[in-house]
Amino acid sequence: MSRLAITFARLRTENRAALVAFVTAGDPSPAHTPAILDMIAEAGADVIELGMPFTDPMADGPAIQEANIRALGAGTKTADVLAIAKGFRAKHPDVPLVLMGYANPMLIRGASWFAQALEDAGIDGVICVDVPAEEDAVLGPALREKGVDLVRLATPTTDAARLPAVLEGASGFLYYVSVAGITGLQQAATDSIEAAVAKLRAGTDLPIAVGFGVRTPEQAAAIARVADGVVVGSAIVDALAKASGDPEAARALVSQLADAVRTARVGAEA
Amino acid sequence: MTLPNSLRAQPDPQGHFGEFGGRYVAETLMPLILDLEREYRAAQADDGFKAELDGLLKHFVGRPSPLYYAEGITKALRKDAPAGKGPKIYFKREDLNHTGAHKINNCIGQILLALRMGKTRIIAETGAGQHGVATATVAARFGLPCTIFMGAVDVARQQPNVFRMKLLGAEVRPVTSGAQTLKDAMNEALRDWVANVHDTFYIIGTAAGPHPYPELVRDFQSVIGIEAKAQILEAEGRLPDLLVAAVGGGSNAIGLFHPFLDEEGVAMLGIEAAGHGMDTDKHAASLNGGQPGILHGNRTYLLQDEDGQITEAHSISAGLDYPGIGPEHSWLHEIGRVKYEGITDREAMDAFQLCCRAEGIIPALESAHAIAGIVRKARDMDENQIVVLNLSGRGDKDIFTVADEMGVKI
Repeated sequence: MSRLAITFARLRTENRAALVAFVTAGDPSPAHTPAILDMIAEAGADVIELGMPFTDPMADGPAIQEANIRALGAGTKTADVLAIAKGFRAKHPDVPLVLMGYANPMLIRGASWFAQALEDAGIDGVICVDVPAEEDAVLGPALREKGVDLVRLATPTTDAARLPAVLEGASGFLYYVSVAGITGLQQAATDSIEAAVAKLRAGTDLPIAVGFGVRTPEQAAAIARVADGVVVGSAIVDALAKASGDPEAARALVSQLADAVRTARVGAEA
Repeated sequence: MTLPNSLRAQPDPQGHFGEFGGRYVAETLMPLILDLEREYRAAQADDGFKAELDGLLKHFVGRPSPLYYAEGITKALRKDAPAGKGPKIYFKREDLNHTGAHKINNCIGQILLALRMGKTRIIAETGAGQHGVATATVAARFGLPCTIFMGAVDVARQQPNVFRMKLLGAEVRPVTSGAQTLKDAMNEALRDWVANVHDTFYIIGTAAGPHPYPELVRDFQSVIGIEAKAQILEAEGRLPDLLVAAVGGGSNAIGLFHPFLDEEGVAMLGIEAAGHGMDTDKHAASLNGGQPGILHGNRTYLLQDEDGQITEAHSISAGLDYPGIGPEHSWLHEIGRVKYEGITDREAMDAFQLCCRAEGIIPALESAHAIAGIVRKARDMDENQIVVLNLSGRGDKDIFTVADEMGVKI
């Protein structure tokens, strides 16, 4: 079983959702990221999504675009991202780490090279924004060969007819992008999320994490009642940016998010 | 390598030109581009669609564009060539189209598709503003609201085109991310599209992006090559020896080349922008100075570093100032059917002035790159050989850049 599968299975027995926390590797510099990841894990995040910086983050809103620019401006290289992951893995043997980013930096040296590098760094899964199911051949087979989870995205435009194609070859969890749009801007209504998650559940046994536009503990709690995971990115990235990457600036936010997710279902039902 | 029987049968059903092309987009957009493909197939089978397109190309755009014997340039190049050298040069006059370039051919086709799909809002990216003006033009003609994404740096240096777009009723949205040029405008258009998929049609300006865009843009631009083929047969009774066109994203070039791809006797030359020179990092030559990668929905040659980060392109011509190229060109480059060479800013400037004086035509700086390409080749070609060059646009938009380059204040 992969670290992601073990973690989601454990949380299911605890009847609670996972907090999936996102930060961009190398923001504001590669030297800052290890302490930020330590803080996030200590503050109670269950899964960490590490953004791999790219010059052209087409699916991201202003907060994460700027994080990418800061990271690249500080000279962050792919080797730094992998070293950060490796360091995290050594200190936190059980916390799943997922790399999120875009196809070009991932595939520039070939999919096999990338999959091997992920294995060496102890990275558990990959979210590649611009490799849809139709183009799986460039990335999916290499990851599956190494046992690295390929986390696919489903969106409000993914209908029931299309869902099986999206799920084919997916593992780890299913990431439901709750709004048609870019990261960090608007949030979908809770009842529409609940309906969407119910439809996805009909098609898969994979855990379902919901993200895009989740900023507050209240929003996170509402989603944690209906989904298996809540992804928060831009709000954490913003909090860190305001403090020039000082991890303590985001500790309270991550703790509150973790508490909200942990207690969301308490008393809701037997 | 085994080649298919016809070079005109690309892409495959998944939108691949060999190992290039494809559909590298966010999941939110996948259902929409699958819809677009279905609608395009239906339109291709619909005589009514073709009749409406042809009618607009004739009466609104002013097609067919002339195939013009460029006697002045032909003579000027023969004068400098050894005896018996210097080919006969024809210009395909896309500069005479409504809005002054080939861009409108594609915009007319795409807006008809948008209307078929029931879309009520148009977006587009633009660099120099030519595609923005062409898009704003068709949006005005068909009464659809239109937002044009343009890098803030380009907005500042292309004020006349910004004003043209506004006159045509478009909203011009300056993009302040990244280097604030064409690549960033395309990122921002994609971000808008993903947030407005239900009502918005994205009119992509070149033969690139996710399938089916490279195919449909090529098809809409192929009117250039189809006309040129008939026109050269009428004028000379035979096909040309060489086709020449400038390549940024590559829509004017693929439009000229594609109808000739299976004609073995017709050589083809695509001209990339070599900027300050191929030995510098200030150029926009993706094929000669880049390597394959994935950006903006397709796998193609890109300017990038060893980590796959996209690097900034440079060309004096804003229309060529893009770090990628259409995927069909990447394929034609790899199989060797088309040769691609670089022309520097300096060579393009010289060719620009030659065309003005020898031919009485002010060419777009993009087209001036193609002219410089034939200036380079003329000495080695016999005078009984025939060249067709795509004069893709007129140069009125470039006079400020050219004056600046010449050190003239206007």
